[in-house]
Amino acid sequence: MTQTEYLIVGASHAALSALQAIRMQDAEGSITMVTRDDALPYSPTVLPYVVSGRSAPERVALKDGAWFEQHKVGFIRGAAVTALDAAAKRAKLSSGEEIAYGKLLLATGAAPILPPVPGLKDVKFHVLRSLDDAVKLNKALPNTKQAVVLGAGLVGMHAAENLAKAGAAVTVVEMQPRVLAGYFDAEASSIIEAAFAAKGVKLMLGAKVSRCETAGQGVRVATDGDAALDADLLLVAAGVAPVTDFLAGSGVAIDRGVLVDDTMRSSADGIWAAGDVAQAKGFYDEAKTLNGILPSAVEQGRIAGMAMAGDPAVKPWPGGVPLNTYTFFGQQAVSVGSQDAGEVVRKEADAKHYLKIVMQDNRLTGIFGINVPFDPGVMWELILRRIDLAPVREAFIADPQKTARSIMSKTWR
Amino acid sequence: MSAYNTIAFKPEHCDGCNACMTACATAKAGSADIINSRIQIVADGDSFELAMCRQCGDPKCVANCPAAALSKDDADGVIEWDGSKCVNCLLCTVGCAFGGIVYNAAAGHVVKCDSCGGDPACVKACERGALTYLTTANIYNEVGDLEDLFVPGLAGCQGCNTELIMRHTMRRIGPDTVLATPPGCIPGMGSVGYNGLTGTKVPVFHPLLTNTASMLTGVKRHYKRQGREVNAVALAGDGGASDVGFQSLSGAAERGEQILFICVDNEGYMNTGMQRSSCTPFGAWTSTTPVGERGAGKTQDAKNMPLLMMMHNCEYVATASTAFMEDLYDKLDKAIAASKRGFAYLHIYSPCTTGWRFPSQENIEVARKAVEANFVMLWEFNPRDGLKLTRDVDNALSIDEYLMALGKYRHLSGDQVAHIQATVEKNVGFIKGLAEGRHPAMAQAMSGRA
Repeated sequence: MTQTEYLIVGASHAALSALQAIRMQDAEGSITMVTRDDALPYSPTVLPYVVSGRSAPERVALKDGAWFEQHKVGFIRGAAVTALDAAAKRAKLSSGEEIAYGKLLLATGAAPILPPVPGLKDVKFHVLRSLDDAVKLNKALPNTKQAVVLGAGLVGMHAAENLAKAGAAVTVVEMQPRVLAGYFDAEASSIIEAAFAAKGVKLMLGAKVSRCETAGQGVRVATDGDAALDADLLLVAAGVAPVTDFLAGSGVAIDRGVLVDDTMRSSADGIWAAGDVAQAKGFYDEAKTLNGILPSAVEQGRIAGMAMAGDPAVKPWPGGVPLNTYTFFGQQAVSVGSQDAGEVVRKEADAKHYLKIVMQDNRLTGIFGINVPFDPGVMWELILRRIDLAPVREAFIADPQKTARSIMSKTWR
Repeated sequence: MSAYNTIAFKPEHCDGCNACMTACATAKAGSADIINSRIQIVADGDSFELAMCRQCGDPKCVANCPAAALSKDDADGVIEWDGSKCVNCLLCTVGCAFGGIVYNAAAGHVVKCDSCGGDPACVKACERGALTYLTTANIYNEVGDLEDLFVPGLAGCQGCNTELIMRHTMRRIGPDTVLATPPGCIPGMGSVGYNGLTGTKVPVFHPLLTNTASMLTGVKRHYKRQGREVNAVALAGDGGASDVGFQSLSGAAERGEQILFICVDNEGYMNTGMQRSSCTPFGAWTSTTPVGERGAGKTQDAKNMPLLMMMHNCEYVATASTAFMEDLYDKLDKAIAASKRGFAYLHIYSPCTTGWRFPSQENIEVARKAVEANFVMLWEFNPRDGLKLTRDVDNALSIDEYLMALGKYRHLSGDQVAHIQATVEKNVGFIKGLAEGRHPAMAQAMSGRA
């Protein structure tokens, strides 16, 4: 049986960020990293670009073997944790191997949700969460004439764009009345929707798939509105859910994800969780929520790693702020913060540009833009620090980028 | 792990001319449009702020990159962007809280500062000294592996730079050293040790204030007779050097003893209760030049110790400041080499947080202001080349900026400030005269003195 001081399950942003934080504090303690993928660490976020062919699969590795060697980390790939004995501090791998650990980080991420659509399980479809998925989709692109994408979230929209660029006729079916509903309001989404429509992508919004069935070499997708869509490629991108199945019976408290406190500690002794698998408090609302975005994974991983290694400089998780960036057909959309945690103090939109600023008590709570330049990292910091913008309110509303940079340079340079 | 060079910005010197941005845009995008500049100066009323890449030690842009397109170069510390890997997702811009990596519409991807390979165009374009390229990191890379010859836990006052001076200098001088630390702050903080253990990893002794240089003379000559190459070094305060210690110091310098004498000048007897010394400047409060109904600080000007030592025609004499560490190290190296041939004297200014009355975190800034206001000038001397300024004395900071930073000058009247201003100007003229080889100026000054 392998013994390790730190066991990290998962190998993407949260896991790597934790590993680095541990090594900052503890240069020698043994670390083992286990990932279910038989690949070097990669980011799920890069996968749409593997699909499009922009990123070669062999060039997306975030770390290589030499890096693991340099950081004295045992890296086990292609093995999932199948069972956990939290009391005995032991993890069992799909390879049969058992690992005894001192401290454990769960950074297993999330896996695609399959919606309960009748017939879905019996047809051929794609998902996009692993490098294998991406490579399969990439190979399918040239032969795809008609594609249906279920879900207009980030994964679905990226894939729809790539499929359209590859020459397929694409239809996106989304239950919500607009695309990217988690990040943008109706006006902003309509700019994105228009860009897709201009490229011939058909968006069926507010629509629900009622049934899937095999039709010839492909799939026939029926919607509530009695439309029947024929596809030689079906992509299910209806969201993701934390990977927690192996924790059944382990005693680790789970709601939708692994419940963690402000230092990413789970309910079980010696177990932390970070990234898409973790359910931590929100920034605007103390209730614990999933905030499965890359920047949160990096932050949570760092906090978990520092806490695990006993780094005295660890600072508590400030709460998850929803944020993301989205590029589509060469345009840039950025969403930082909450749409509805304050009042809209500026909003303007035309066919190509959009800017909305939301404030409460002269503090920024959200800023959203399409093709309007501002620094999302600076805005995030303004929100987290709850900086009083009263003295510069007008200037900030008029020119958020410049004013925020000025505040940054004076406050945390 | 290495230390890295960096671009530094001093907003107080910036007038918003935008030359840096034009230079950057021209160098990086071939267009003078400042929107393409990777350094962004932001006007904020009358002052200026800066947004640019900090080349962070633990960069979040790199951690946030899903495509491994960003990496920190171990050799030069620059965060590099690989266009062949970048997928334009902009998540790096979410990670950066400094506006240092930004989407550029003309380029069609994010751009960031790459320090121009160590020769930044923006710095070269800045005529007002608001931007500088700091290469002090080289010191760490050069001497970081040398052994620290003091024990941990020396008990200096909070914010004191003397411990820094001691550790830096001895690390460079090396272990083949006998060290003298006459009464003052340096033994006071534990360098001679407690309870039979020394605070150094080299032989150290605690001479009287009066006989530091004579005792070192004996030690050095003894080892020479034995055929051993040993550095004889003094780390002394200004009181020990300039007052009762002066006759032995002057004698050793005149005889050309092979000694390295470092005077750490905090302008008084600071560890015994902040009494005045002959190095205390005019107007300064000390416990023996009090401020009250009749007193208004010291009524005499400071003795110019380094100039006096220069007039001994020593093998090497220099002044240095911990705000200018590269200069300090350069002079230290020359002083060490000179001490193998004759007497070397290094005068290092040491602002005293306790005795000069300023916040403990501002020591280096006070040291910097002293130099920038010409209250202290940085120069070096050897008998062959004469005196040479190592830092330009033109475009000096106003003397007020220095005086206002210190509590010991808080009481000064306008007349006193004018006196100090005049003294500074006289000193600058005198040193410049020497530096420019105007020997008549030197002769005139000397006769004026007599």
